[in-house]
Amino acid sequence: MKILVFGAAREVIGKGEFEWIPIGNELTVGELKHALSLEYPGLKKLKSLSIAVNEEYASEERRLDRDDVIALIPPVSGG
Amino acid sequence: MNPTAHIKLEGNPLDIAELTAAIRSTKNGGECVFIGTVRDNHQGKVVTHLEFEAYEPMAIRELTRIADLASAQFKLAEVLIHHRIGTVYPGEAAIVIVVTAPHRNQLFDACKMIIDQLKETVPIWKKEVYTDGASWVQAHP
Repeated sequence: MKILVFGAAREVIGKGEFEWIPIGNELTVGELKHALSLEYPGLKKLKSLSIAVNEEYASEERRLDRDDVIALIPPVSGG
Repeated sequence: MNPTAHIKLEGNPLDIAELTAAIRSTKNGGECVFIGTVRDNHQGKVVTHLEFEAYEPMAIRELTRIADLASAQFKLAEVLIHHRIGTVYPGEAAIVIVVTAPHRNQLFDACKMIIDQLKETVPIWKKEVYTDGASWVQAHP
C-alpha cells in the first residue's frame, strides 16, 4: 500500500511517501494505525492522527485494499 | 440558481481586489469577504513566516464539498475559496473567502460556516517559523 505522510507526521516518519508492506494482519484502518505506531512510536506524540483512504477520511473499521492510497493526517491547521 | 465554486490552492500572493472582481456580478447585490491574515506573533514569539502544506487533491475535494454545502444551505450564487500554500509572510492573506448572493441575507453566516469547517477538516498544515525555531500548529481535532 502506498502511504502519504504530511505535516508533523512526515517529520516523525522522515519521508513524505512510502510503501507499506503489512507486517502482521492489518486488515482495517485501525489495525494499520496500530501497526504504524509500533513501527514509528513518535506518531503517538501527535495530538491526533486521522487516516484518509483514497482522499477521504476513513473510520477505524474501514477495510483496506492493497490498491488503496493511504494518507496520514495529523491535526490540520488551515485558514 | 446554479452555484459555482471557485477553489484554488495558490502558491502566489492573493490579490483581494482581483478575486472579488472575478465573481462580482450585477445579478448579485451581496458580497461578503473573509480574509485570514498571517500574524507576526504567537504566544510571545516573533513569527517570521508560515509554511503551508496541503494534501492537494484531498484538500480540493474537501473545499469543494464545503463550498457545495454552503451554497445549498445559504442559497449562494458563487463561492470562492483561495488558500495559500508554501511560504507566507506576516501581513499577507493566507486565505480569502468570497460568497455572493442576490441579497445579503445569510452571507455572513455562510462565510463563517466555510472558515469554521475549513479549519476542522481540510488537510492543510501550517508550520510557524520563529526567530528561534519552528513548530507545526496542531489545531484540529
